[in-house]
Amino acid sequence: MKPLQLLFQSSIGKKVIMGATGALLFLFVIGHLVGNLQIFLPKERINAYGHLLHANVGLLWCVRLGLLAIVGLHVWSAVTLNAQNKSARPEVYAGAQGPYGASWASRYMFMTGLVIAAFVVYHLLHFTLQAPAVNLLPANHEAKDFTQLVVTSGPQQGYRDVHRMLVAGFQQPLVTLFYLVAIGLLCIHLSHGSQAMFQSLGVQEGVWRRRLDAGSKVLAGLIFAGYAIIPLAVFLRLVQ
Amino acid sequence: MKVTLKVWRQKGPGTPGEFKTYPTPDLNPNMSFLEMLDVVNDDLTAKGEEPIAFAHDCREGICGTCSLVINGKPHGPHRSVATCQTYMRSFRDGDVIVVEPFRAKPFPVIKDLVTDRTAFDRIMAAGGFISVRTGSAPDANSIPVSKECADRAMDAAACIGCGACVAACKNASAMLFVSAKVSQFSLLPQGQPERYRRVLAMVGTMDEEGFGNCTVTGSCEAVCPKGISLDFITRMNREYLSAMLHAAVGRETAGKDGGAG
Repeated sequence: MKPLQLLFQSSIGKKVIMGATGALLFLFVIGHLVGNLQIFLPKERINAYGHLLHANVGLLWCVRLGLLAIVGLHVWSAVTLNAQNKSARPEVYAGAQGPYGASWASRYMFMTGLVIAAFVVYHLLHFTLQAPAVNLLPANHEAKDFTQLVVTSGPQQGYRDVHRMLVAGFQQPLVTLFYLVAIGLLCIHLSHGSQAMFQSLGVQEGVWRRRLDAGSKVLAGLIFAGYAIIPLAVFLRLVQ
Repeated sequence: MKVTLKVWRQKGPGTPGEFKTYPTPDLNPNMSFLEMLDVVNDDLTAKGEEPIAFAHDCREGICGTCSLVINGKPHGPHRSVATCQTYMRSFRDGDVIVVEPFRAKPFPVIKDLVTDRTAFDRIMAAGGFISVRTGSAPDANSIPVSKECADRAMDAAACIGCGACVAACKNASAMLFVSAKVSQFSLLPQGQPERYRRVLAMVGTMDEEGFGNCTVTGSCEAVCPKGISLDFITRMNREYLSAMLHAAVGRETAGKDGGAG
């Protein structure tokens, strides 16, 4: 069998794809967080960051298509592996089957993954595509939808005003609540995934199992805190 | 003591089964779980009923024949113990105990609590062996093996192939079993000639048999009667990646005519 065939057809090969794409997405989640935390700096900073990302259209689409391919592989491996897992046990146990050392996060990776996928679609519609139907601006807001929020002066003139968009978006209680729930599930997913990927890639043994297990939980907690304070700070009017 | 059993009864492969309730006769708390089933079966036979079929052999925790999912846990309530060494003193007088066969598509029920675990044999036949010169026993220590490798290989070889890992895994994955068998050979010099072929063949057969995939929950390790570590799955994944890379660069592939080059 050829290596690519082994990678895409065998159980371990698909786990390697899942782990490797998961690792890349994990790095993206951290990078995205660091970028977004600039909301706490003077508002020109996050607008300049938004401008930096959008200015080079060629590079922007390379990154977007790359991310799409990574997400595609991650979802494809999850769906095919999960279908095999389900068919491997057609008859379930009648006695209460306990987790036996399995964490909650590890048992519900697929379910948390599905919610995260739904959230990513919503998140893209919300801030990237700026679909008016999900902008949910306050009735008395100066703009009708996010597309009208553009920078009016300075070097980023004509580009989207990220700062005003975030402030307007997260002043809605429902939006903030949905973001918090989704980020919570994402971090539960990461608390297991960021450790399990080392297992799938064959580099987690002995004392490193405990270290990576503890490290992934701490990191997931920090990522949750980092992402949660953005909508919360806006909602509590700490960022205006 | 007396307990009530809720036992899975099934006449044969592919036939519908159901739970039946049996109150046990008076039991000695120091009976093993299998001895308790023997007593219940004696009672059933005396009443003219069909005894409960269950798999057992050595009854001293080393053969891997006994199975049973007891109250939802393979091999009963304890850690690192097989059903044959689970004793009735682990239960309370009057308990209701649910007894089921291992559930997995590759482990079809033959009768009652007995499952067909020959899928494991086919995985072993695919690569769980080494090639050696037959004849007289070789000199001891003629091939040096480091203490660390010998110890790890022995840890892996402790696997008795009972299938509890499959039974406990929410995905019915056999990766703990296969990883133990792959590791016990790949850690030793005698296992090197077939090293990469072995892991590809055993994992390939494991997939063909219809087992699920590892999601690193750790349930297998928790119910294993021999305490086989999840670390062996990491090792197997590494072996598999190495084998894939070896296949990629075309090493160890002879010419089509079987000759050199």
